[in-house]
Amino acid sequence: MRHRKYPFIAGFLFVPVVLYAVFVIWPYIQTFGYSLTDWSGQSQTMNFVGFDNYSKLFSDSVFKKALVHNMLILVFLPVITILLALFFAFMLNVGGRGRAGAVQGVRGAGIYKIVFFFPQVLSIAILTVLFQAVYRSDEGGLFNGVLVKLGLEDKQHPIEWLNSPDLVLWCIIGVLIWAGVGFYLVLFSAAMQSIPKEIYEAALLDGARRGQTFFRVTLPLLWDSVQTAWVYLAIAAMDVFALVATLTPGAYYGGGPDFHSEVMATYLMRNFLTYGKSGYACAMGVVILLLTLILSAITLRITRRERIEF
Amino acid sequence: MGSDFNRRDLIKRAVAVGLVAAPAAGFLSACASGGGDNESSAKGKKTKDNPFAVANGAGLDVVIFKGGYGDDYARAFEKLYEKKYKGKTSHLGTQDITGKLQPRFNTGSPPDVIDDSGAKQIKLDVLHKNGQLADLTPLLDAPYIDDPSKKVRDVLQPGTIETGSFDGKMYSLSYVYTVWGLWYSGKLFKDKGYTPPKTWSDFMALCKEIKKDGTAPFCHQGKYPYYINILVMDLIAKTGGLEYVKRIDSLDPTVWGEGAAKSSIEAVYELVDKGYLLPGTNGMTHIESQTAWNEYKAAFIPSGSWLENEQLKSTPQDFDMKFLPVPTLDGAKLPFEAIRAGAGEPFIVPEKAKNKAGGLEFLRIMLSKEASGKFAQAANSLTVLKDGVGSDVKLRPGTQSTVEVLKAAGTNTFNYNYPNTASEFDTAVQNASGELMAKRIKPAEWLKRVKAAAEKAKKG
Repeated sequence: MRHRKYPFIAGFLFVPVVLYAVFVIWPYIQTFGYSLTDWSGQSQTMNFVGFDNYSKLFSDSVFKKALVHNMLILVFLPVITILLALFFAFMLNVGGRGRAGAVQGVRGAGIYKIVFFFPQVLSIAILTVLFQAVYRSDEGGLFNGVLVKLGLEDKQHPIEWLNSPDLVLWCIIGVLIWAGVGFYLVLFSAAMQSIPKEIYEAALLDGARRGQTFFRVTLPLLWDSVQTAWVYLAIAAMDVFALVATLTPGAYYGGGPDFHSEVMATYLMRNFLTYGKSGYACAMGVVILLLTLILSAITLRITRRERIEF
Repeated sequence: MGSDFNRRDLIKRAVAVGLVAAPAAGFLSACASGGGDNESSAKGKKTKDNPFAVANGAGLDVVIFKGGYGDDYARAFEKLYEKKYKGKTSHLGTQDITGKLQPRFNTGSPPDVIDDSGAKQIKLDVLHKNGQLADLTPLLDAPYIDDPSKKVRDVLQPGTIETGSFDGKMYSLSYVYTVWGLWYSGKLFKDKGYTPPKTWSDFMALCKEIKKDGTAPFCHQGKYPYYINILVMDLIAKTGGLEYVKRIDSLDPTVWGEGAAKSSIEAVYELVDKGYLLPGTNGMTHIESQTAWNEYKAAFIPSGSWLENEQLKSTPQDFDMKFLPVPTLDGAKLPFEAIRAGAGEPFIVPEKAKNKAGGLEFLRIMLSKEASGKFAQAANSLTVLKDGVGSDVKLRPGTQSTVEVLKAAGTNTFNYNYPNTASEFDTAVQNASGELMAKRIKPAEWLKRVKAAAEKAKKG
């Protein structure tokens, strides 16, 4: 039977590989092809312009701004999300006050898990509506309403959260974290539950405090999950299209005020559809693809550690 | 399993191969001048009644932007076409024009008529540059349905042809006649005894009084700076005159160093500087700010004449919506009565449409009294057909006031074309205005930015 194995496997793989090649690989190649032209996006008439689009890209101040924003999100989104998710997961699973030496989560852990996971089931559209109301720029907004009621802010000069160049990007990162923590909390919880209780009990017997247990026991044993989370979040940080396009001010796909929340994806879309510079936009797409690939490779490399068997 | 080779399998396989081959073909033809696989449809007989020679029984593929005006009116028009030519029409009402149609344009099989409007419209300048739009000159020279002794071009509102033109030829028929300016509540003004201002200094004085009474004088849809640009660009046009508007449209950068632009943008900045804005308005969506205005939190708001239809649900019964032309600065070239008025909601016929003649005929049917009246009933708005609405159609207060204002304006109307022809420049002006209203830049910086954008756009 041995010699029949490979045709058998290939038979199963054929369809998915073809689908993958046609709908994923081929568009990538096409995008690269288009990025070397002055394609307008509305017809098949175009001229070959070599690497012009790429050289223009690196002197485009808006694109550079967008790149910096993506990098900021790339730094802060994974760090804050993972730290919060780890903290909550730890508290929910092993952080509780030990009763007679037993390892358990804080009281009401089951409810918290559901509550924290809840944002994950909301679609981007609902998130937008929700946070449009939270960040609303007059006292009708949740934040401004509370601040006014507390007397911390003048009703006549409310904070225009999404229209403030200094705040808008952080507002977007805030939404991403709020919506993302729950998922990683559940991911880390599941991983924590697979850690044998005896290890914790031994640590407790040795007089380890919560912090020590976390850093010496939990974190090393969770490293695989953290690594996965990091890659996911890094890739998510390169996108952020939907939130920026719907929540932030500005004509055509947001990105305002005055490009202060512009990310590469929104700038790409505006060039692709609104300005009719589709070839140029394809060059951006290729740059984003390369950056994402490099980032994933670096993340996986840096976070590679000895795997601990248990 | 048998190895019968039947027809269905063959078709399935052909489809599968096509899936793989189609994008490949697209790519291969990428560097050549593609397209050209235009199926010539059967021609009908050219008569006075059928000037484009539509074949009897020829089907018509119609795609309508389903926005504020809905798409029921278009179904009524399709019935008129079906009655005349016995051809079947296919109808698609959608908000996502780009998403639905970009692939069809790219593969050379666009529909026959498109209402290319809304936030996701395919930009006309982009379509035109790629030769995707049919020249509508034959439509203009065709006989008008209600009076065949006239040509279609003679029964259109002024500006309709120019709005749809690139390099002197008309490529899109903007069907809805819109006026832009400021809006206020007749009830608020009557209750408080305010007089609608005609000059900018009266406007400022009134704003001061309104603020004293505890209402915000002015609000705008800050999340989308398009709206504040109605005030900015109207004021510039009225101060500088029609020639000035033309120069702005032609992206002449020197206009931004001249007096009209400078005094106008400084006047608008007064609203910001004197604290006449509704708190938070710079960050509001159109719905948030327009609703606040409906709740009497602010007195004036800039918008086009779709405002009444858009706010139907949140407008109080006795609100008495009124239109006000933008007040004029001293020494303005155009009188107070002058307004920005123009055709909007562009309808196009693709050059590569299967039934191009049918598409043109559909537009001609739209420009009949019967169709125009049907539109006014369904969408509560005027069309570009002169005297297109019979006296039997009753209008709401806001729309009624635009009719009166249009009458007073007479030939004193103007309109900008640059948002259709230079979208990147338009975006830059919008961004600058957003920054100005948020008091992050001063008028001088605004002028500098807009000038730079015009220079960049001129270079192409």
